[in-house]
Amino acid sequence: MEILLEGEGELLGWHDPDENRKWVLENKSRDLYDKRMTVKEAVEKFVHDGDYIACGGFGHIRIPMALIYEIIRQGKRDLAMAGKTAVHDIDILIGAGCVTRVEVAYAFGHELRGLSPAGRRAVETGQCQVVAEISNAGYQWRFLAGMMGVPFIPSRNMLGTDTLKKSACKVVKDPWSGKPLCLIPAAYPDVAMFHVPRCDIYGNAQIDGILVEDFELARAARRVIITTEEIVDNEVIRARPYRTAIPFFVVDAVCEVPYGAHPTQMPYLYFFDEEHIGEWLGLSRTPEGTEEYFDKYVFGVTCFEEYLKLVGGVRKFSYLNRVELFQEPMKAPWLEKK
Amino acid sequence: MANQATEYNPRELQACVASKMLEDKKSVFVGTGLPMIASMLAQRTHAPGLLIVFEAGGMGPQSPVLPISVGDSRTFYRAVAASSMHDSMSLTQAGYLDYGFLGAAQIDVYGNINTTIIGDWEKPKVRFPGSGGANDVGSLCQLTIIIMGQDKRRFVEKVDFLTTPGYLDGPGARERAGLPEGSGPYRVITQFGVYGFDEETKKMKLLAVHPGVTVEDVKENSSFEIIIPEQVEITEPPTEEELRLLREIDPTGMSIGK
Repeated sequence: MEILLEGEGELLGWHDPDENRKWVLENKSRDLYDKRMTVKEAVEKFVHDGDYIACGGFGHIRIPMALIYEIIRQGKRDLAMAGKTAVHDIDILIGAGCVTRVEVAYAFGHELRGLSPAGRRAVETGQCQVVAEISNAGYQWRFLAGMMGVPFIPSRNMLGTDTLKKSACKVVKDPWSGKPLCLIPAAYPDVAMFHVPRCDIYGNAQIDGILVEDFELARAARRVIITTEEIVDNEVIRARPYRTAIPFFVVDAVCEVPYGAHPTQMPYLYFFDEEHIGEWLGLSRTPEGTEEYFDKYVFGVTCFEEYLKLVGGVRKFSYLNRVELFQEPMKAPWLEKK
Repeated sequence: MANQATEYNPRELQACVASKMLEDKKSVFVGTGLPMIASMLAQRTHAPGLLIVFEAGGMGPQSPVLPISVGDSRTFYRAVAASSMHDSMSLTQAGYLDYGFLGAAQIDVYGNINTTIIGDWEKPKVRFPGSGGANDVGSLCQLTIIIMGQDKRRFVEKVDFLTTPGYLDGPGARERAGLPEGSGPYRVITQFGVYGFDEETKKMKLLAVHPGVTVEDVKENSSFEIIIPEQVEITEPPTEEELRLLREIDPTGMSIGK
């Protein structure tokens, strides 16, 4: 194939398909064994300084926040992260100094809530580096290629733009149609983290609602950590196998963490905690405020249960549940300023 | 038209104008904010059969209120499918999406959009969120509608970063780059009026001004020359009924303002 253009972006998390296949053959167990562990153990075991990480969910939806806080607590450093519409997770991790490199489809913003002070400050001062640009479909197709075990996926987006020039993609002449075609390289994150409503002890994880790109990401990543609202019996999974989005043999750790996505939304269970997100957006305007946030919510507590009490406990979660189920209107500090 | 409202804010007007562009029994790829509200308004007025698709996988929802995010559970409330991004994006690439909405920090005469940076990419003065799904919408939907604020810093000679393709450098450029045939920017809606793109040159052309806006306002608030035709329409102001529906869709005023 004739190469017409090569993106200048850093190629994050790509492996030769045979090399990755060999890694999978040697490292991923097919054994149905109990993978339960604590969030602390999972992060100690599977997240290492310098790793390329990615989270499931989307923006402020179904984000594995208990794991994010634990990464900060353990002081992981020099992480590269997939900005695959990464919003609250990446902002917090950049603010804490854990993530210093990002491949950006969407980051540094909180959608309608405004831009993220911590993430932007880090990029504009050079503390955090954008190593490549890409689009949302582009990122998702990087995981698709990874999942398929092929070096790239052809696509028709990004052509003709600076997004492509600053990406790790290439443009070739399609051998069939003769038209220019974008080749999106595979991505195999070192570790991907997901929060799901239910999962068994082996890692068979079910998701209610949209999958976003979790299906592909879980199968492309080398290591997968699942946090779940509840651990269910294997029989529950087998009764409705069509609901399993992530099967056990790609999963490495299972942690039971009720409300583990707080302050992000868990579809059908709890709404965004706008009060808490607002507190972060307010405090993260300054480096001192950012410190204050982490002192209070990460270093000031020893476990996620303590954190849940601190953010409002049972009363807060019953309110968030009612908002999610349309039984109460939402309130948000950022709305007052509109 | 009957029951035209006398008082409305610019966002309400833009939402109503955008809504009217969406035809019944067509499909639209929707992003956060005004696009959502415009599409939901269209469904409640002239286009009950409008198919709404969200990038994160929500398809054909019937949400009583405006979602906050394109991935939030409101995007698949009473939907026909709660699917995935691979599905939404692949369907768009395959030709299932008639319209797509975009926002922009900067736009040029060919409808090329920047949502990535101001300044230099290596050392940006301002860092914006990046493409998100915008490049995909601008590349893969058949017709795109851009809603944005207009002033000289936003309507620019050259975008600091070409995040999302418009007509690139003119007629035929999209196809030469390999983008889907016949696709591209369709309308631009700002606080001053509505623009299209000239058939021959693919340059931005004024189609209509909002009530009370002059052609001079349009010219003064652009760094590039906008084609001004002899006939310039005036956009229809919202009706009382449309305003009522907008409040129903966005009761908290998160997108439409208070």
